[in-house]
Amino acid sequence: MKAFFDRAFRPLVHLAALAPLALLAWDALNNNLTINPIQAAMQRSGKTALVLLVLSLACTPLNAIFGFKPALRVRRALGLYAFLYASLHFAIFMALDYGLDLPLLWQDALKKPYALVGFAAGLILLALAITSFKYWQKRLGRRWKSLHRLAYLAGILVIVHYTWVVKADIRQPLAWAAIILLLLLLRLPAMRDMRKRGAV
Amino acid sequence: MHRQKFASPYKSSQITPEAVYHNRPHRSRRDFLRASLLAAGGVLLAACNSKEAAPTQVGAQPTAGPGPSPTARSYADELGDPANTFAEITSFNNYYEFSLDKEQVAVKSERFASSPWQVEVGGLVNKPAIFDLDALRKLEQEERVYRMRCVEGWSMVIPWMGFPLRKLLEKVEPASDARYVKFTSLYDPARMPNQGPTSYFNWPYVEGLRMDEAMHDLTLMVTGLYGKELLPQNGAPLRLAVPWKYGFKSIKAIVKIELLRTEPVSLWMDAAPNEYGFYANVNPNVDHPRWTQASERRIGELGRRPTLMFNGYEAQVASLYEGMDLKANY
Repeated sequence: MKAFFDRAFRPLVHLAALAPLALLAWDALNNNLTINPIQAAMQRSGKTALVLLVLSLACTPLNAIFGFKPALRVRRALGLYAFLYASLHFAIFMALDYGLDLPLLWQDALKKPYALVGFAAGLILLALAITSFKYWQKRLGRRWKSLHRLAYLAGILVIVHYTWVVKADIRQPLAWAAIILLLLLLRLPAMRDMRKRGAV
Repeated sequence: MHRQKFASPYKSSQITPEAVYHNRPHRSRRDFLRASLLAAGGVLLAACNSKEAAPTQVGAQPTAGPGPSPTARSYADELGDPANTFAEITSFNNYYEFSLDKEQVAVKSERFASSPWQVEVGGLVNKPAIFDLDALRKLEQEERVYRMRCVEGWSMVIPWMGFPLRKLLEKVEPASDARYVKFTSLYDPARMPNQGPTSYFNWPYVEGLRMDEAMHDLTLMVTGLYGKELLPQNGAPLRLAVPWKYGFKSIKAIVKIELLRTEPVSLWMDAAPNEYGFYANVNPNVDHPRWTQASERRIGELGRRPTLMFNGYEAQVASLYEGMDLKANY
């Protein structure tokens, strides 16, 4: 059973991470994306990116606290999938919503602070995606770890982005903010020490 | 049925039969699909094909002039833009009393009973009265094709049926000191599931107009859509349509209309006073604090089109706001 789980876990995670993309493509092909398909596609790709980013941030604590080692083996994949969905989100915004009308994009984006914050989060994810492979990990050495802690900053920026696009009821984005803050707290050195002493 | 100058320029006989508009092929859906596939192939690919992939609507208005053309057989507004389909208008609704999810409103309001219904008209009037649906139906109903611009940045063209609010107010004889009109929606958590205790908002929904706005000929009390009775998701049995203001001003399921001396506080002013003001006139030059209002997406189209001053009704309503600072009075 355990051997089966060890072998199946990674493929299952890949399947689960790709399923929203397949569903989105299926719904787009079948005109099933509401009557405002651009908005629906943006919301779904954005939400999936957020969920995957949070899951990637949860991997280290899952191992450290619950000893769930397989989580570490999918951490990079989850982060890369988060970047994939964020890229799709960005591409829909640029190409479908704004039709790549660059002057209009420039003029509007500057007046949409949430768009700028989202873009900043996307840039961080891009940098992390590029440097996520062994080559860069070796090359950057200790600095790699500091660089990849920016994933938390990306998470916080994504929450700000999400909060700012909601018309009024911000309870959902706040719930996601609470989850990210909890994951961040778990990584703080003080908490780590307490864990080592067996207090948490 | 009586038609106004800003309604469709087409005679009733030229209007597409119901069976046809339900099946109107949706060119933009195909565009969306094609563009989606191109985008899926990568931003680069989409960029190389930008003209074909996602034609922007800005500056690319349909050229339909006044008068009917053989291809434009459905409803259209006075600018020549076709009305949105009945399916679009009745399945994509902002109506937080039922759901925050626009697609869920029609589902959750399906069994909402909008009859019997009464509207109380009172406050600073000489002849306060309660109107039932029959009394409202006795007022001459007109068809008007209005643009509806949501504050979120999307828009539709909608063939409403109804009567000018002015005609209702004249029946109750406004007192000379009445300066504002306050509208109140139904408050009934048993029938409007999202009005319950966990809701974020202070129900009921309230909106307001200045007296001269309320008496303006464009201000319509709506009872129908596409020549049929209004459906619950669109605010049955009685809603407002103020086409030069953002959609949230056009309050639904009205049960009370009061004439006041002072400016009423609307639900959105109460929920986010720095973002939603009393006037809420469509204005491409006054941005929402968190997003621009310069452009909008017409439902059913790809890309964006420029937002028009007062939603394209500038000639009719600009004089109401002469000398007013529209940035301060957002």
